[in-house]
Amino acid sequence: MIGIIDYGAGNLYSISKAMQYLGYQNEIISGNSVEKLSKFKGLILPGVGAFPEAVKNLKNAGFFKEIIDYAASDRPLLGICLGMQLLFSLSQETTSTAGLDLLSGKIIRLENVPKIPHMGWNKLRILKKSQLLTEDLTTQSTDYYYFVHSFYLEEITEDVTAIAKYGQQSIPAIVEKENILGLQFHPEKSGEAGLNMLKKFGEML
Amino acid sequence: MLSKRIIPCLDIKNGRVVKGVNFVDLIDAGDPVETARTYYEMGADELVFLDITATNEKRKTIAELVQKVAAEIFIPLTVGGGIRTIDDMRKILRAGADKVAVNTAAVKNPELVTNGAGIFGSQCIVGAVDAAKKESGTGWEVYIHAGTEATGLDLLDWVKGLASLGAGEILLTSINTDGTKDGFDIEMLKAVASTVQIPVIASGGAGSSQHFFDVFQQTEVSAALAASIFHFGEIPIPDLKAELNKQQIPVRV
Repeated sequence: MIGIIDYGAGNLYSISKAMQYLGYQNEIISGNSVEKLSKFKGLILPGVGAFPEAVKNLKNAGFFKEIIDYAASDRPLLGICLGMQLLFSLSQETTSTAGLDLLSGKIIRLENVPKIPHMGWNKLRILKKSQLLTEDLTTQSTDYYYFVHSFYLEEITEDVTAIAKYGQQSIPAIVEKENILGLQFHPEKSGEAGLNMLKKFGEML
Repeated sequence: MLSKRIIPCLDIKNGRVVKGVNFVDLIDAGDPVETARTYYEMGADELVFLDITATNEKRKTIAELVQKVAAEIFIPLTVGGGIRTIDDMRKILRAGADKVAVNTAAVKNPELVTNGAGIFGSQCIVGAVDAAKKESGTGWEVYIHAGTEATGLDLLDWVKGLASLGAGEILLTSINTDGTKDGFDIEMLKAVASTVQIPVIASGGAGSSQHFFDVFQQTEVSAALAASIFHFGEIPIPDLKAELNKQQIPVRV
């Protein structure tokens, strides 16, 4: 069973249905059932909206520390979009806010790009072997993935396994450090390519 | 490199896909879930559902429809038409839509855009705008109520306003070219896409692959939307994308 964390952020239905479509049972976990996190074999942290608001909501719902504990249990944790950004130390969205700090790095606003948000389908440049990709290292993946975000991880840290090129910017797209995984794009909205990636996550359980 | 998006639009009335010319003469064009699945399989990059149901009570069918579509179609889904309150937005997003489009309600109540963006994030809020050339011949005027009522608002002022209110994207329909199949309104789209920093979706006038090439080559729009040419198979999406790809327009193929 996979747990999907609900802290009031947007469309959880799609990720839940995508996992179900792939044959993975899942449950949307709301604030009053936090203590149950440990029963899940895998955890998904979705998210849209603003970073400070998300941190506040995670804390109010009692999820913040529970997620950190869960990550220490070696079971896979997947952050999607804002959920990926929340895995990092700090974000400068609106005001400087500390994240879960499971991965080192800072989230900053996109600049010097054609349009903001970075919205639409983009290819990946695969830098390292990834647990979530079937493709080998390549400067351009065959598949496209759906992005929509205005903030990004400032640096290509050692945990970044794939990036996307947008204008002159290199956008970290996949981050992973053992059981802690993050996707800047939306695999649940990326057609077959995204479903394949979620399948790889399911197989890690 | 970010690809240009091709977006089929499904006009929905009482739970069915319909298509009319200039908002009249509606023709039944099929089951929305079936149609959505076909577009997904053909490689559509995103779907827009525009609810043109006249009455509120029948409108709740759109949420049920969104739920069915979102359960099996894994590309972004935008829903517009009749969204007037935060609660309307929440229902549609909870049903599995990724974005909501607001048009008349944004003009009448700009706070809806700000509040919606504050609660759900800017990426959820699409500012839909219908505009036509001003009678003076210079610039464009914004229309509401499905293009029937002039507002006196200048288009470029309004799109700048939408962006600063918190819209994450602009869906711009030219009343002058809509339904003509003579091509997108290049002049209007060029002006808007170079005015705002948020992505712009071109709408109104698509009649051939060449029209899509023209709009992507001559303007900074991020996406192009069409309805009837896709519904009636006049331009199959895979053919359109292959053609654009051949002409060096980055598309997802």
